[in-house]
Amino acid sequence: MTNTEIYDKLKSAFGEKIGEWHEQTGGEYMKRMSSYADITDTSYIRDVCLYLRDEPELEFDSLLLLSSVDNGDKTLSVTYHLESKSKKHFIALKVTVPVDNAVVPSITGVWSHANWQEREAWDMMGIKFLNHPDMRRILLDEDWIGHPLRKDYKQPEFYRGMKVPY
Amino acid sequence: MTEVLDRKMQTMPVPVKVIPAEQIDPKRIRTEEMVLNIGPQHPSTHGVLRLEAVLDGELVIDVVPFLGYLHRCFEKHSEAMTYPQVIPYVDRMDYLAPMQGEHGYALAVERMMGIEVPEKVEYIRVLFGELQRIASHLVAVGTFGLDTGAFTPFLYCFRDREDILEMFEKTCGARLLYNYIWVGGLSHDLHPDVISMCRAFVKKSRATHKEINELLTFNKIFVERTANIGILKPDVAINGGASGPMLRGSGVKWDLRRDDPYSIYDRFEFDIPVGTGMLGTLGDCFDRHWVRMCEWEQSLNIIEQILEKYPQDDKTDVQKAVPKRIKPGAGEIYSRVETARGELGYYLVSKDGINPWRCKVRSPAFVNLSLLPIISRGYLMADLIIILGSVDIVLGEVDR
Amino acid sequence: MGLLNKQDNPFESSNIVITGADTLLNWARLSSLWMMGFGLACCAIEMMAASASHYDIGRFGVIPRPSPRQSDIMLISGTVTLKMATRTKLLYEQMPDPKYIISMGSCSNCGGPYWEHGYHVLKGVDRVIPVDVYVPGCPPRPEALLEGLIKVQEKVRKQSLAKTAV
Repeated sequence: MTNTEIYDKLKSAFGEKIGEWHEQTGGEYMKRMSSYADITDTSYIRDVCLYLRDEPELEFDSLLLLSSVDNGDKTLSVTYHLESKSKKHFIALKVTVPVDNAVVPSITGVWSHANWQEREAWDMMGIKFLNHPDMRRILLDEDWIGHPLRKDYKQPEFYRGMKVPY
Repeated sequence: MTEVLDRKMQTMPVPVKVIPAEQIDPKRIRTEEMVLNIGPQHPSTHGVLRLEAVLDGELVIDVVPFLGYLHRCFEKHSEAMTYPQVIPYVDRMDYLAPMQGEHGYALAVERMMGIEVPEKVEYIRVLFGELQRIASHLVAVGTFGLDTGAFTPFLYCFRDREDILEMFEKTCGARLLYNYIWVGGLSHDLHPDVISMCRAFVKKSRATHKEINELLTFNKIFVERTANIGILKPDVAINGGASGPMLRGSGVKWDLRRDDPYSIYDRFEFDIPVGTGMLGTLGDCFDRHWVRMCEWEQSLNIIEQILEKYPQDDKTDVQKAVPKRIKPGAGEIYSRVETARGELGYYLVSKDGINPWRCKVRSPAFVNLSLLPIISRGYLMADLIIILGSVDIVLGEVDR
Repeated sequence: MGLLNKQDNPFESSNIVITGADTLLNWARLSSLWMMGFGLACCAIEMMAASASHYDIGRFGVIPRPSPRQSDIMLISGTVTLKMATRTKLLYEQMPDPKYIISMGSCSNCGGPYWEHGYHVLKGVDRVIPVDVYVPGCPPRPEALLEGLIKVQEKVRKQSLAKTAV
């Protein structure tokens, strides 16, 4: 199935919860691998993922990448790139949350790959994932202040008595 | 006299009351779990990785990996640098297979900008990609041998690896981190000696491959230590996002060179080796090692085909398609290549600027490592090192 | 051992070597510098290449040891991050005196390519531990590492243990 067909199927199953389709221009590859659907209601992302995984026609068996983006306009996004290794099709989903209430339901129960990726998104971007089994920082230490990949992040002057800037 | 007697008494065996096994109540034996800390400085963690192993006697109950000891802020750097300036940082991410990392990054930007690369450049990219795959597998196999206690294969592997590095050095001047594959082209043309060196290398490497198989792969001690250890079931592997030899070791025939072909990989004939549980169970450490050994052979096959087809008279400038100004329009892309460790993906978001707005990397080693707790539960402590070795992680890529 | 062989008595054939205690001690120390090798980053691969068959660091009497308590020189091979810096210092303190530090590669010399935006990179390992020899390069070639090692040997040769003891 092409990803527009999958989008239509999602739209018929979830209706208003699925937002508009952002088609990427510039070549067949970009159209196929990078066009994404918005999920307007953030709390439905887990249900959408479960549907994509368990629907026999779709059978999305693996999560390729979960990435967080700071949009620069006080919103953060989480992009899910999903792939079906058996059916060889592909779709990307995107949810957008405000910075001051960055909470997204966890999809660790759907694909176990999401576990560390969600921890990384929390560490780097400060997005909390609801019902995640182990919501700790993964790359930085627990006493680190701030989330480095936010656009307004400033390097600390000192960390544990060590000077950080050059 | 009494002193002597005392001393004699001390050395005499003390009578021990033997309790028959059937009288021992297992509930009354008090045991408790032990937490053993491995790393971050440990010769077998392949870099700076810390593992907290929860042990019951010698049995591993759980493993908790702690990452971030090599977190070098790649993603922050890529937001601050222009598109071509990111390439040296890509090198330093997966430092055992930098050519393939560069290829993936260049491909992502080229796909965003719609750049067509000259055929000669594609040939050189694939040639160096496959040489790099062999170099990376040589390190993987050599250090896996070290983990199991075999030192000699390590020396053989590094001897052969030097030949590959020599070819790279002749062409681009660097041994380890190349900055060779640029967006739209290459930094230098192929050195004229490389083709003949490559021919000699293929011949030599086939001999080494056979030698390593005899010395290491089918060594009884090695087989005993790796077969039936660290079993990863195919469905768990797919659900957990495993890729590369880790996924193929579990019997899943999935290789991006075949299933989502990029560059000119569709022109070459090669097999995709998968684990079969040849000497143990499907998806054990031996299968992963065996897949690496077979991939080494397949890469040699591809190199031979490239050497046949390579357009030597083609005098095209390798920088012909390099754009003057690299500035993709607004949009985003997920682009991926198959590196020695698995699926390396780049998620680039461009907001019509000269530097990426966001560059997130799907690093295969990071994802494969996240499966370590699942595959190492229930094995002995000594097996944990073997399992970690068979995953073949590069910490630069895990922590980025 | 020819000198201890009873068949040719060393005192009969006048095989006596007269030397200073310092020279003898330094000669012994510099030709068996045991190295604590812990791979930090990319430079660790060049360190491995230096200790493998082609470059063979063993001919300088350097044996890689995994434990700090058995080693004379510490090779900082790669980027020292803030999370690792405290551990590096701890390892340094565990080494017995006299100890020497080789800082291998630009990252551990000064932060290397990560000097500006590397919020988690220590800009030079000399901010936490003293360094004897800096080996430049990103990464340095194995020959450069051997050169650095020879520099350490020169340093050992000029030292006097007897004087510091008095």
